[in-house]
Amino acid sequence: MSDARPVAAADSQTQSWWDATRESRLLVQHCRACGHHQHYPRALCTECGSLDIEDVEASGRGTVYSFTVVHRAPHPAFTPPYVVALVRLEEGPVLLSNIVGADHGDVRCDVRVKVAWEDLPDGRKLPVFSLES
Amino acid sequence: MGVAESELGATGGTILELQAQAVSRALEDAGLSLSDVDGLFTTGVSRFSATQVAEYFGIRPTWTDATMAGGASYEIFLAHASEAIRSGLCDVALLSYGNNQRSARSRKLGGVIDDHTPEAQFEAPYGPLNPISLYAMAAERHMHEFGTTSEQLAEVAVAARAWALKNPVAFRYRSDPLTVDDVLASPVVSTPLHALDCCLITDGGGAVLVTSLERAHSLRKPPVVVLGHGETTTNNGMSQIPDLTMTGAYVSASRAYEMAGLGPSDIDVAEVYDSFTITVLLELEALGFCKRGEAGAFVSKGRITPGGEFPLNTSGGGLSYCHPGVFGIFLLIEAVRQLRGESGERQVPGAETAICHGTGGILSTHATAILGVDR
Repeated sequence: MSDARPVAAADSQTQSWWDATRESRLLVQHCRACGHHQHYPRALCTECGSLDIEDVEASGRGTVYSFTVVHRAPHPAFTPPYVVALVRLEEGPVLLSNIVGADHGDVRCDVRVKVAWEDLPDGRKLPVFSLES
Repeated sequence: MGVAESELGATGGTILELQAQAVSRALEDAGLSLSDVDGLFTTGVSRFSATQVAEYFGIRPTWTDATMAGGASYEIFLAHASEAIRSGLCDVALLSYGNNQRSARSRKLGGVIDDHTPEAQFEAPYGPLNPISLYAMAAERHMHEFGTTSEQLAEVAVAARAWALKNPVAFRYRSDPLTVDDVLASPVVSTPLHALDCCLITDGGGAVLVTSLERAHSLRKPPVVVLGHGETTTNNGMSQIPDLTMTGAYVSASRAYEMAGLGPSDIDVAEVYDSFTITVLLELEALGFCKRGEAGAFVSKGRITPGGEFPLNTSGGGLSYCHPGVFGIFLLIEAVRQLRGESGERQVPGAETAICHGTGGILSTHATAILGVDR
């Protein structure tokens, strides 16, 4: 992956999440009113509608809900084949991500994964996942 | 109702020109004129789609809807038009669509992601093909949970081609029959989906006219009646889908069946959105034609091919007839023709009820319509 990945700029709702990535910390949102966890960051709790939301650090561990090996690149940053996956964190929220450092044949639904970090040119980092050994 | 397509395939036409062809033919089919139209339902043209199309046609409708729900838009429009007519808010509703995506080469592998959306920060950085990779992950999960195979997925494409060979306006009408091996030998795009698991990219337009049953009795063709409808929306991004194999179609279908007072066993012909082969399996389960997880076996052994016991996507579908981006209106057109007995070599004998199911985005929008003959 030579060219930079297409990553949009942070906004008022997502700034703290992206700032934490600079220290390799993966955040999810936690609702103080009802206890719900969610990702991506947004201005209200999707469970109860409360605005009383805080960032909490996630364990970085989860399971592969599903995945696909992409064979045609949508952007020059990507060199096929590579793995795109839906990862369900232990805290509940699901992230779209990549599975890196694994033989594609070893990636399966429901396998356990842990977060890894890929540097972005602007100092932010992108959470990707590797198979737990 | 009046229904029609424009020219299909690679036309070199503009979006508005394709709409005009379809609308003119549908008005002829119904025996109506543009001045009868007081409701307009269209999307995918420009920022002000309904206004754009109304101006092009020189009409000033008093009821408009330009909801963009991708492939479910026109089943949603049919529902909204029916309810507007029932409430007396409009008398003759025109559902109109056109797209020149093959000629204009306007599709992008990564889709179109607006910079200010959460997907631009949290999904596009990972390089998914949009929409293909989400459907691919649904297929992978279906295989994992239920043992569904690539061969079973391929059966959907094989049957679609067989139906298209009976539809003279289908893009693949003059093609060869397809085999399961052909599908499996086509290039992998996003595992487990191959190129031939994916719908066509063609130009095309379609139009459907809807009016009250009372007025329909005075028109050129026998009426087709909207018996029930249902819709829901579940997710815009890939990470936000509640369940990859249990989609919103369960909700839209149960609402439509309840309104119609019918169940799956009452349906004579099914027209369901085949953006990808997996889409059809998910829909067949949600519409109640087989149990959850059993659609792979259901579509095998010739059940959905012409002459099989379950007439499905009799036009050849998005896989082999046409797919100008938002296929939902073509589901309605084929269902109406089947219920009128106008489908020629692909006619399902004695069809009196049809179900149309549209799915848009990345399993995002879901809308079901149940149609029947007037009795």
